[in-house]
Amino acid sequence: MAETSVAGYAAGDIRSPVLKGLGRALAPWALPIVLLIAWEIAARTGLVTARLMPAPTTIAAAFWRSLLDGSLLFHTLASTQRALIGLVIGGGLGFVAGVVNGLWKPAETLFDSTLQMVRNIPPLALIPLVILWFGIDETAKIFLVSIGVFFPIYINTFYGVRTIDPQLVEMASVYGLDRKALIQRIILPGALPSILVGLRYALGFMWLTLIVAETISATNGIGYMTMNAREFLQTDVVLLGIIVYALLGKLADVATRAIEKRVLLWHPAYQVKQGDRQ
Amino acid sequence: MSAADLHEPESAGGLPIALTRVEKSFGRLSVLGNLNLEIPAGQFLAVVGRSGGGKSTLMRLVAGLDTASSGGVSIGGRKVERLHPAVRLLFQEARLVPWQRVGENVGIARGVDWQARARRVLADVGLEGRENDWPTVLSGGQRQRVALARALVSAPQILLLDEPFGALDALTRIEMHRLLEQIWSDRGFTTVLITHDVAEAVALADRVIVLKEGGIALDIDIDLERPRQELADPRAVDLQRQILEAV
Repeated sequence: MAETSVAGYAAGDIRSPVLKGLGRALAPWALPIVLLIAWEIAARTGLVTARLMPAPTTIAAAFWRSLLDGSLLFHTLASTQRALIGLVIGGGLGFVAGVVNGLWKPAETLFDSTLQMVRNIPPLALIPLVILWFGIDETAKIFLVSIGVFFPIYINTFYGVRTIDPQLVEMASVYGLDRKALIQRIILPGALPSILVGLRYALGFMWLTLIVAETISATNGIGYMTMNAREFLQTDVVLLGIIVYALLGKLADVATRAIEKRVLLWHPAYQVKQGDRQ
Repeated sequence: MSAADLHEPESAGGLPIALTRVEKSFGRLSVLGNLNLEIPAGQFLAVVGRSGGGKSTLMRLVAGLDTASSGGVSIGGRKVERLHPAVRLLFQEARLVPWQRVGENVGIARGVDWQARARRVLADVGLEGRENDWPTVLSGGQRQRVALARALVSAPQILLLDEPFGALDALTRIEMHRLLEQIWSDRGFTTVLITHDVAEAVALADRVIVLKEGGIALDIDIDLERPRQELADPRAVDLQRQILEAV
């Protein structure tokens, strides 16, 4: 019967598993590669204006140039520094506010509705005000990033603290844990998965607000690099800046996933192998 | 601290419990009415009854998680006002902390030398060397063993069990009965087991009371020699029948 089987099956049979595995690994990249090739051809043949949409190889050359003269690293570091300072300030405050409001009802009554109101103001709508308050220097940008990351972390920390299993809290009190131990051993670790979800959202908002903040006025950073390139019609550098943002965003996501894997070791979703052994 | 000092509190014996004219009502609903009960030190008492008969309320009063509407509960001659440190509680669910390893769960209250104590008591419940496992990889019976170890690690003088074996399969339940009986006879703490399983009550307890409509409908001693063989003994069957009639 095997000889008379459908052609597709027969073809599948002779392909080696190694080749199949390779095919599966490469499959997600097929479309981007095809698009890149099509783009390159379109730019070279003049189908699209190279001045508006330079060819991938031109962007690669711009990347190489800026890498060699150190400007790419300089601007990337400036942006990353702002992003991280904003994340530490805004994220730290969001975490503290989430824990305090989650644990202590009077604090929630006092602050939560105000915070929910402020949350609905898009941080970028504050730009004119921020410029009036802080001028156009570093503080303004860090302030905007802090506001951008505060709310995702606040909301998810609050939610995580509030949704702790009350049976565990009762058990802890029966077994003589004091309030400090209860927070350290039960409430914070239990809220951690939710806090990490907040962190991932926050990282997205962090780059978003930073990009806009850096295009207003800056003397360094990726936002400055792209705005500056626009003045000189260096479309390749503009596109390079956009790609760098995408890569930084991806990097932040990879970092959070790594943190999740490490600190959520106990979580069934992260210990498939251990479970299989049992 | 010498090894003898560490071992000593693990067999601290039991404390007597006394309930005097205890009444408990939630709003208009009376759950326990004028209940008098003396539990001598070291006795294994099983409390049987239908759902809503006041079993869990009785246990929460003894644990100090609730206070009586009138009357009083005393432990070792002293009135219970809040959680007594010599009382430990086993819940229907194991209630292990999923992000703490087995050893950390057992030593949840920490204290002096908690890791060594946790390891030792884990060995006592048949989970030697499992202190670094995560609770999620354990079976239902193993989880209750860890919960039992967590209760035993502080050398309780009273152990309250609120249907801890209800969710286990029959074979695992019998294993847990043997384990509990052996640990209880080694350590001599006073035990109150809440259960709706009459066979379980007869297999384990020195004395069974039946709670019905907030009062004691039957108070019967179980004079069967230990260790007990479940099901087989005709006297056990007869006792079960008597208890079932009262329920």
